[in-house]
Order: sequence, then C-alpha cells, then structure tokens
Amino acid sequence: MAEQRVQWFKFASPPNFYDLAGRLAPWFGGLAAILFVVGLYIGFILAPPDYQQGNSYRIMFIHVPTAWMSMFLYVLMAVYAAIGLIWRVKTAEVMAKAIAPTGAMFAFLCLWSGALWGKPTWGTYWVWDARLTSQLILLFLYLGYMALHAAIEDRQRAANASAILALAGVVNVPIIYFSVVWWNTLHQGASITVTSAPTMETVMFVALLVMTFACWMYAIAVVLWRARLELLERERRAAWVLERTGEKA
Amino acid sequence: MNGLATALITLLRRDLILALRRRQDALVVLGFFVVVVSLFPLGVGPDPQLLRSMAPGVLWVSALLATMLSLERLFSDDFRDGSLEQILLSPQPLSLLVGSKILAHWLITGLPLVLISPLLGMQLGLDGTEILILMTALLLGTPILSLVGAIGAALTLGLRGGGVLISLLILPLYVPALVLGAGAVDAVMYGSSAQAHLSLMAALLILTLLLAPWAIAAALRIMLD
Amino acid sequence: MIEFLAMGGHAPYVWGSYGVALLAMVVEMVLLRQRRKAVNRRLARLARLNGEEGGATSPDV
Repeated sequence: MAEQRVQWFKFASPPNFYDLAGRLAPWFGGLAAILFVVGLYIGFILAPPDYQQGNSYRIMFIHVPTAWMSMFLYVLMAVYAAIGLIWRVKTAEVMAKAIAPTGAMFAFLCLWSGALWGKPTWGTYWVWDARLTSQLILLFLYLGYMALHAAIEDRQRAANASAILALAGVVNVPIIYFSVVWWNTLHQGASITVTSAPTMETVMFVALLVMTFACWMYAIAVVLWRARLELLERERRAAWVLERTGEKA
Repeated sequence: MNGLATALITLLRRDLILALRRRQDALVVLGFFVVVVSLFPLGVGPDPQLLRSMAPGVLWVSALLATMLSLERLFSDDFRDGSLEQILLSPQPLSLLVGSKILAHWLITGLPLVLISPLLGMQLGLDGTEILILMTALLLGTPILSLVGAIGAALTLGLRGGGVLISLLILPLYVPALVLGAGAVDAVMYGSSAQAHLSLMAALLILTLLLAPWAIAAALRIMLD
Repeated sequence: MIEFLAMGGHAPYVWGSYGVALLAMVVEMVLLRQRRKAVNRRLARLARLNGEEGGATSPDV
C-alpha cells in the first residue's frame, strides 16, 4: 500500500491524522473565538472612525481577512491536491477536499462584505473593480472544484480528477488576476475610480491582523473537523475506524 | 522518432476523416457562433455606435460558448467506441497523441470560427484593421480555448451531465484569453496599439501548449483508470 | 450604545457584513455537526452488521 511509503510522515497515516486532528481542532476553534472577540473589540471600540468614510470602513476588518483567506486557501488546497496526486497520500486528498467549502465561504463573504462596503463608499453595491472581479472568478473556481468532486462517484477518482483541476486553477489564478487588473486599468474611464483603503492607523492595522489570525484559526478548526469526517467516510471499512467507532457509539 | 511521427499523423488524419464524415457537428458549432452574434443586435438595439463598441466582447464571448459546445464530443466518441483506450495503451507519449487530437479539434472548430469572424465583425461595424486584429487574436486565442477546454473534457469523461459541468469548470479558466482577445480589438478601436495584447496572448498560448497536454494526459489516465 | 449600533448611519452595511459572516460560520458548523451525526449513525450500523456476522470472514473488512 501507498501508506508504507510515507511512514516517515507520521501525521499522514489516516488513524494518526484522525486522532491528532481531533485533539487539535477544539484548540484552534477556541483560539478563533478568543481572537474574534479581541479583534472585534479593537476594531469596533478602540479604533476611531475614519475621517473620510466614517464607520463604514470597519467592514474592512472582515472584508480583507476573508479575501486573504480565500486566496490562500485555494493555493493550500492545490498544494494538498498535488501531494495527494503525486505521492498518493490519502490524508492530503482528504484535506484538499475539506478546504474547498470553507474557501468558497470566505470568497462569498469577501464579495458580500465588499458589496456592502461599496454602497456607502462608491454609491453602488457592485463595481467591476479588479479585486472584486477576480474574487468572483475565484468563487467560480471553488464551485467548479466542488462540483467535479461531487459528480464523480468513485472517491479515489474524484480526488485525482479534482486535483488536476485544482492545479490547472492555481496556475491560472495569477494569470487571471493580472489580466483582470489590466482589463480594469484599460477601462478606467468606464468604471468608478476605486478609493484607496483609508490611511491605516496602527490600531486599525492591529485589528486587521487579529481578525486575520482569527479567520485562520477558524479555517484550521473547521477544515480539520471536516477532514476527519471525510476520512471516516472514506475509510469506513478499515480496522482503525471500527476500533474508534466502537468507543463512541 | 519515426514511429512517433507516423502515429501522430495517422491519428490526426483519422480525426479529420471522422470529422469530415460527420460534417454537421462542426457546422452546428459554426452556426451557433453566427446565430449568437446575430442575436445581440436584436437584444440591445440597432444603434451602430453601441454595437461597434460591444463587438469585441460579443464576438469573443460567442467564440467561448461555441467552443464550449464542441468540447463534449472531443473525447466522448473515442471513449464510447474504445479507441481512446487503444490510444492510452500505445507506447507513444500520451501528451503528444493528445496534442494531435487537439490540433484536429482546433482545425475542425477553432479555425472555422477565425475564418468566419470577419463577416460577423463587419456585421457589427468593425473596420479593416480592427477585423485584422480580431482575426489575429482569434487565431492565437482559439488554440488556447481548445487546449484548456480539453482539460475539462477529459475530466468530465463518462460523467452524467458532463456537458454542463464542463462550462462550470472551464469558463473561469477562459478569462485571460477573453480579456486579452477582446482587449486587443478594443485597443485598436481606441487608437492605441494591440501589440501588447497580442504578445501576451502568444505567451499565454506557449504556456498553455507546454502545460495543458500534460494535464489532459493525466486527466485521461485518471478517468479511464 | 444606540449611537454605537447606528454606526454613523452605516448600520445596515456594517452589521449586514458581520451578521452574514457570523451566519455563514454558524451554518457551516451546524452542517458539520449534522454530518458528524450521519457519519456516526452509518458507522454504528456498519459495526452492528459486522458484529452479527460473528467474526466470520467478511469480504468487506
């Protein structure tokens, strides 16, 4: 079996991963909760209103972290997909699949908060701004990945096929991003010039950083949780699953 | 080496002969392209200025959709009659064999789009140089559409509802080709040079040529495993 | 407090963003919890079936 080859990577064997993820996930979840409270406190109580945008700029504290997370998670998903495809590491395949829904959720939240930030700032919910547009395409890429995974019944084949798609996507993401930025600068006359982010004070920057870490921890907790369930389903006939369900049931 | 060349030529000739026998498939794609472009004036009104400024985008989006329509058949016929399996079993490198199949696909569906585009461009009010740039951009861009699309076609091989799924998988990946292709025509329309767009499109084509056949071959191996 | 909630007239936008973000995260966690229950039920059934076979060589394991 392929597992033998990756023994050195102890974390990668499904039972070890299952146990470790089960132990770690609650900690990441708790950390996320604390960081969200701290970040929101700094962002809403300590940080003063922006002199130009008033209070609406506070949307930034959710908009920017979700944007970063959705992009980062896509790359991470492709890395796990590649590991799964090349070295046949089952846990990596499971991780890639488990990341996708959370990444798509962050992409959606980024678009949603971007639209709600746009209304008071630009006077309209949607602007074909380069960043919003490429975020929209990123959401489509996530949806395509999940749709392909769902369409193939055989789990191994689904993991391999969607890994190819994730890799094709990750090669394309920078090209898409630059072409969209370019497209946007060329059509500047037609679109509204995007106001730059408010001049950052240190408090705002700290709030942004804390919120980003909070999203990070949340993503890790949720992804580990989902990966565990995925692994149980995939390996339901394996001895280690039977051992562990015996205790729980 | 000689054996490889023979294999590639045989495969290409076979695909072209098959396409010639089933002419209507290629004609349907071409017809779709013409009809979609012709429907736009009915939708947005006959204002020549508006149609002219929309022409690059309309032509390119229609070309994307027409290509999308042809992708489902790219591997599925060979898959059904078992010849795809034979191709996979052959000793020649699969990525090159796949490249020959895609060349055939482009000759059958991509090239006709390029050749008919001046007519549609004139219909929408583009002038001489703009049409020339449109054709050049399509000439560089349609192979990208065939290559990237073939990844989607391979990944959805044998799946129920594969045709619809391909669009969801592949259309986002078509964004750079769309932006560069429509942008090239826009650039000359607004009096600047299209050279940057066309150079980038050529670079994109080379990158796609290098990477896509490998991905398609891997996808085919996975789906036929 | 009311002044804080009003967000200088931008309340619907600010709270709309954060509200939906919270909602999305809560929904995601609820869905995961439901899925865990489903998986556990399924595995328990599988374990029961294996138990009934009484350790006989089942081809599945």
